[in-house]
Parts: sequence; structure tokens; C-alpha cells
Amino acid sequence: MTAMIEIRDLVVQRGGLEALQINALDIPRGETLAVVGPNGAGKSTLLLVLAKLIRPACGQIHFNGRPFSKLNELEYRRKISFVFQDPLLLDMSVEENIALGLKFRGLTKDDARVRVNQWMKQLGIESLAKRRAGQISGGEARRISLARAFVLEPELLLLDEPFSALDPPTRANLLNDLSALLARDHRTAIFVTHNLNEAAKLSQQIAIIIKGKLMQVGPAQQIKTKPINEDAAAFFKEWID
Amino acid sequence: MVFNSDIWQITLLSLQVSSSATAISLLIGLPVGTWLALGNFRARSFILSIINTGMALPPVVVGLVVAMMLWRSGPLGDFNLIYTPAAIVIAQTIIAAPVVTGLTAAALQALDPRLRQQLLGLGASNLQMIWMLWREARLPLLAALMAGFGSVISEVGASMMVGGNIQGQTRVLTTAIVLETDKGEFNVALGLSALLLVITYLITLALTWIQQRSAKR
Repeated sequence: MTAMIEIRDLVVQRGGLEALQINALDIPRGETLAVVGPNGAGKSTLLLVLAKLIRPACGQIHFNGRPFSKLNELEYRRKISFVFQDPLLLDMSVEENIALGLKFRGLTKDDARVRVNQWMKQLGIESLAKRRAGQISGGEARRISLARAFVLEPELLLLDEPFSALDPPTRANLLNDLSALLARDHRTAIFVTHNLNEAAKLSQQIAIIIKGKLMQVGPAQQIKTKPINEDAAAFFKEWID
Repeated sequence: MVFNSDIWQITLLSLQVSSSATAISLLIGLPVGTWLALGNFRARSFILSIINTGMALPPVVVGLVVAMMLWRSGPLGDFNLIYTPAAIVIAQTIIAAPVVTGLTAAALQALDPRLRQQLLGLGASNLQMIWMLWREARLPLLAALMAGFGSVISEVGASMMVGGNIQGQTRVLTTAIVLETDKGEFNVALGLSALLLVITYLITLALTWIQQRSAKR
């Protein structure tokens, strides 16, 4: 399977310090890669680089075989979609929030409405359409945030801990829905999480980043049973137990 | 003594001059305040401190400097603007622009900084991103507009110095109040003061209505 994203010798600096180093990482088209690691490991930094929101200090990234540096920022960003840790909804109605990315892409109101309605239905939030963003619960806000990303039908979906700070039942429901959507559409996605069980459920491959370095990439079973070094083993200890 | 026809002319000129100065301040303050709020450059804090100091500029000092610039022997004397409504607009713009700029920067800096990344992550161009941030900060931005207008409709020092309080040409409500007080015509001065307060209130009421309407939407 061809890789949608190829990363080689990537170094990212933030505040003058090395925040992320990846020697080699491929993300195949149609697959979900889960990125796991402790707080401050550099997981979100990877997503910000892949969204062209921060520039790496050095290294090469290819998207569909084209060098990242040659891609027009706006054109590229309109092929991807980013779900942040917090939903960051704007002070407007739920349906307007979901239509935002479509509006940026110049879709007509009628075309946008059809797609927004379709995704609100898929994520079970059609009853919230006219509500203001400030009048909804945390779980609903996460669903809106996912709908806002999926409605764009992006080539690459970047998900930065989209279920953080949710109660377990809401989290489990959302995880099931997201898992079904990713599997159905064969969408390429990168999913950052702390939760190893969620990572195993959603992804074909798991990447472990510890202290800013990519330690290991592989299927859940492989990295669970054969951690590459002591740091990785220590991080997985709780899971293995 | 101020007559009825004079009052209308003075009131109209006050509104024309202060509205023009506020509009120009908005054209300057909105982009500059946005640049200061979103930019990431070394001199930002220094420039913001200058702008914030500018928010407390004494109108009489602004009037003095603008008068010296526009005076016939001054560097801009060839434009023959001294003692014209345009001179008052220039002075009032210098008073209102830092107010609008400083409050615009503060309004945008109060937004969640990740909102900008989220908008770009959804495919917004830089202009679309800025437009959405303005929309999100619309309540404090309307407050900036009200503060800018309030700072110029009520000032007297600059209007007096660069306008000269010439009857039928550059006399505005505040300078007329000073004149009538000097003449001992306290009743007229009080009447003009009440008129100024009512006009200021009505304009602020209209802006507050727009502000609160958008807060409910």
C-alpha cells in the first residue's frame, strides 16, 4: 500500500529546544495511525507540523509523493482536517459551526446544508442544529467538532485527543462511532491519544513517541509484546499488566 | 448668543467631524490592532505600550502639535487646513485611533490563541481567519468603536486649537459650550451641554443595541 505521508529525518524545534525527532515514519493511505506517548512527548507537535501550522527545523515530508515544502499551504490545508483537543467552537449555531470549513472552501449554502445535515445525522446531533455553541454539553461539542472535520471529507484527518476530559460512557460511544466512520470510509487518519486501548481499537499501526523521539511503530500486538527499549516497555507496563 | 439655526449647524458639524474621525480611526485601528494582536515580532510589546499610552493622549497636546504642523509656516502649511473642519478631523483621528487600536488588540488577544490554528486547520485563508476572529470578538470591538467615538465627541482642547471655534465654519458643540460659558451665558451653555449628552447617549444607545443584538444571536 502506498504511503500518503512519508517522513524522513524530521527535527522540530519549539522555543529553541528540540521538540520532536523522527527518523522515518510512513502513514499508508486509508489507514489510521495512533500516536501514543506521555504528556509533552511531542505528539501534538507532529500533528501541527503535518497541518503546516508550524515549520520543522529540518527533514523531509512527502504528501502523496510531493515534497511538503513545494505544497501551497492553503491548498494543502484544504485537503486535510484538524480536530483539536478542545472543540473550539465559534459563537454561532451548531450547523453554522459544522459548515465553517465548507464556507471557507466556497461551497454554496445549499450544497453545504446537504452535507452538514448528512453528517449531523451520522453523528446523532441533528436535533442540536439550531442551538448556540455555548448551550451544549462537552460530549455534544466533541461530536460537533468531529462532524465539522468529517463534513470536509478530507484526504487526511488529524485528531488530537478528541475524547479527552469526557466521561467514560460518552467516550466509549464516541470511540465506537469514530471507529465505524474511519473503517467505512477508509480514511487516512492520525489519532493522538494517551489511551492505549483506544489506540489499539482505532488504528492499524501505533507509533510511540517518548521525550520527543519516535521510538517504535508497529501493530498493537507487536509493540505490546516486543517493546523496542526500556522507555517503551515502561510506558506500556500498565497496559501489559 | 447662539441662535436656533446655529445650533443645528453646530450639532451637524460636531456629528460630521466626530463620525469621520471615528470612521478613519476604525480603518486604521482595526488592521493595526489585529497586526499587533496576532503578530509575533520582537517590538510588539514596545509598540503596544506606545499605543496604550496614546489612549490617554491629552486632546490639548494633540491640538497643539497638529496646529503647529498645519500652521501656515508649519511643514503641512501649504495644504491650508488650519481652522477648517478637516483640521479637527485630523486632530480627533489622532485622539481616537490609539483607543480603537489598543482595544482591538486587547479584544483579539483575549480570544483563545488556539482558535486561530483551528480556523487555519479547517482551511481558512488568512483573511477568512481574521474575519472570523473579528466576528468572534465583535462585542469588545463594538465597545472599542463606542470608546473611540466617545473620546472625540466630548473633547474640546484639540477642536479649539486647530479649528479656532469660527462661527459657521469650525464651531462644534464643545467649543460652543466653552464660548458661551466665557460670555456668562450659562443657560445656553447648559442647553448645549444637554444636547451634547443626548446626542452622545443616542449614538451609544444605537451601538449598544447592535452589540447586544449580536450577543443574543
